Amino acid sequence: MTGRSTVARRAALVVVGAVFAVPILAMVAFSLRSADGTGHDLGHWRAIVDPENERAYRNLVEGVTNSLVLAGASAALVLVLLVPAVVLVHLRYPRLVRPLEFVSLVPITVPAIVLVVGLAPVYSVVARVAGSGAWTLALAYGVTVLPYAYRAIQADLASTDLRTLAEASRTLGSGWLRTMALVVVPSLRRGLLAAAFITVAVVLGEYTIASLLNRVNLQTALVQVSRSDPFAAVIFALLALLFAFVLLVVVGRVGSIGTARPVLPGRDRARRSRTAPRKALS
Amino acid sequence: MTTTAPGDPTTASPDGDDRSAPAGAARPVGGAAVAFRSVVKRYAGHTALQGVDLDLAPGELVALLGPSGCGKTTALRSLAGLETVTSGRVTIDGRDVVDVPTHRRDVGMVFQAYSLFPHLTVQQNVEFGLRMRRVGRAERSTRAGDMLDLVGLGDLGGRFAHQLSGGQQQRVALARALVTRPRVLLLDEPLSALDAKVRVQLRDEIRRLQRELAITTLFVTHDQEEALAVADRVAVMRAGTIEQIGSPEELYAAPATRFVAEFVGTSNRLRAEVVDGRVRLPGHEVAAVGSPPDGAAWAYVRPEDVAFADRGLAGVVEGVSFLGAVCRSSVRTGPETLVVLDHRADERRPVGARVALAFTPASVAVAPLD
Repeated sequence: MTGRSTVARRAALVVVGAVFAVPILAMVAFSLRSADGTGHDLGHWRAIVDPENERAYRNLVEGVTNSLVLAGASAALVLVLLVPAVVLVHLRYPRLVRPLEFVSLVPITVPAIVLVVGLAPVYSVVARVAGSGAWTLALAYGVTVLPYAYRAIQADLASTDLRTLAEASRTLGSGWLRTMALVVVPSLRRGLLAAAFITVAVVLGEYTIASLLNRVNLQTALVQVSRSDPFAAVIFALLALLFAFVLLVVVGRVGSIGTARPVLPGRDRARRSRTAPRKALS
Repeated sequence: MTTTAPGDPTTASPDGDDRSAPAGAARPVGGAAVAFRSVVKRYAGHTALQGVDLDLAPGELVALLGPSGCGKTTALRSLAGLETVTSGRVTIDGRDVVDVPTHRRDVGMVFQAYSLFPHLTVQQNVEFGLRMRRVGRAERSTRAGDMLDLVGLGDLGGRFAHQLSGGQQQRVALARALVTRPRVLLLDEPLSALDAKVRVQLRDEIRRLQRELAITTLFVTHDQEEALAVADRVAVMRAGTIEQIGSPEELYAAPATRFVAEFVGTSNRLRAEVVDGRVRLPGHEVAAVGSPPDGAAWAYVRPEDVAFADRGLAGVVEGVSFLGAVCRSSVRTGPETLVVLDHRADERRPVGARVALAFTPASVAVAPLD
C-alpha cells in the first residue's frame, strides 16, 4: 500500500514537473538554435548583449525597465495601502472583514478587457494630472493584484493570533505605530513577502491593460519584438522566468530568517555571560 | 511592602509618559492600589459589566472567578485599557486611568493564548518591554537574563517560541510581563491551555513570583481550584456583577449565595428550616454558618463535612467511587435529594445499605430559597 502510494506520488510529480519543464526546455532549445538552423550555439544569446543590436532591442529594454518599475511601484502600493487596511480591519473592525474580502476579490471577477474599458476614461484624467508615464499603470495593477495579495496576507493572518500579539505589545508599552512596525509587520513577514512576490509576478506577465492603454511593458515589447526576432522574445521570456524563480527563492529565504535556529541548551547562557559585560563596558 | 527586584529596578516610562520615573531613576518597588468603581461595559445588545466595584490592595492577588461570559475577562481588559468602559472609574494608585491608553498604564499582562512574538527569540521577547521604555542594551540584557533565571529558563534565551513547550512559553510570557516591574500584573486565564501537571507547577510559580515581587495582581480564571489555591481573595462573578468577594476560606466555608455555593467547590443542597441559627433537617439538626434568618432555606454542606453516623439523616447508598485519597459515596435521602460524602476507603458501605448521615457542626451554609 505504502509502496504503491509512493509510486503514485512520484508519477504525479513527474507529470506535473513535465508540464512545467517541457515548454521551458523547448524554449531553451529554440533559443540555442544556430542561425542556419542546422545545429545549436549561443549566437542568439550573444546577439542580445551585442552593442550593435542595441537599437533593435531598445524597445525591449524599455519594456523590461518599465515592467520592473511597475512591479516595484505596484508592490509598494499594495503594501502601503492594503496591509494597513487589512490589519486595521482585522484588529479593530472585525465586522468589516467580509466586506473587505468581497471588495478585494471583485477584480478577479472582472475580465481585463472590461477593466480597461472602465479604466480608459480614468486614465485620460490621470494622464492630464500625472502625465502618461508607464509608472501610472501601477494604479491599475494595484487593483488587478488585489485578490492575490489579499489572499496571501489573509492566509498569514489566519495562522497568526495577531490580535493577542498586538495587545501584548501594547501592554508592554508600545503605541500603535511601534506595534505595527515591531510586531505586526514582522509577524506577517511571510504573507507580505508572498503578496509582494505575487504582485511582481502578475505585473511582469501583464499584457492586456498595457497594450490597450498604449503603454510599453515587458509583455507588449516581447510581442512586438517577436514579430521581427522570435529568438530574442523567447530569450527575454526565459530571463523573466529566471528572475521570477530567483525572486521566489529570495522571498522564501528572507521569509524563513529568524524562525528556525535551534540552539542547544546551555549555549545561550554562555553567550550571554560573554556578551553582557562587554556591552556594559561600551 | 517593598522587595528587591532581580536586576536594577529602574524604569523609564513608555513613550515618554512622565507618570513613571525616567530611565536611570529608581522607583519604589511594590504593587499599586487598584479600584473599580461602578464600572459598566455595554456592547451592542449585551451588558458585560453591570456596575462592578472592586478594590485590590497593593501587593494583593485577587482572582476573578466565574463561568464563561460572566464578565471577568472584560473587567481585566478594562483595567488593561484593552476595553473602553461605558461608565464608571478604574483607578490605579488613585488616578483614574479610563482615558489613559494601554501602553501608558504600566501594566503587565499574560494572555491565555501563548502571545510570544514569533519573530523574536526568548531573550528578545523578554527585553521587548524594556526596549519600549528605552532602557540601555546592557541593562536590558542583564534584567531579561535575571528574569529568565527567575522563571527557570535562563538557558533558553536564544530559542524561538515554536521551539518551546506550552508551559515554557507561558513562563517566558510571565517573565516578559514582569521584567518592566509593572504596577499591576494581569493574568487572563494563563494556565487554561496547559496540561494538568504543568498547570499546577506554573500556578505555584506564579504565586511565588507574585509574593517575591509584591506586585498587585488580578488573576482571571474559571477554574475554582486554581482561584482558591493562588488568591489572597477571590471575587466570584456572575452575569456582569460580583456575587461575593472574600478569602478562599470564607468563600468555601460561607458562600453568600446559592450561585457561589454551587459554583465554588462541590456542595450538597438540601431543603431545610432555620430556627434560632440552627439548621433543621429530617432526623438531624446542626448549627449554621453565621446567623441566617429563621424560615425555610437551602442548606449547603460540603462532601467532606458529611460523615456516616449511628443517627442522623437517613438514606440508602446508591454508589461509591474511589477517588484516590478518599472514596465518595452517593446517598439517596429523599426522592429528589442525593447527598455525596467523602470518607476513608475503610469506611465504605455497600451499595443499597441503609445509612444515617451527620454533618460537621457549623459547616452548613444557608442561602434563601429561590
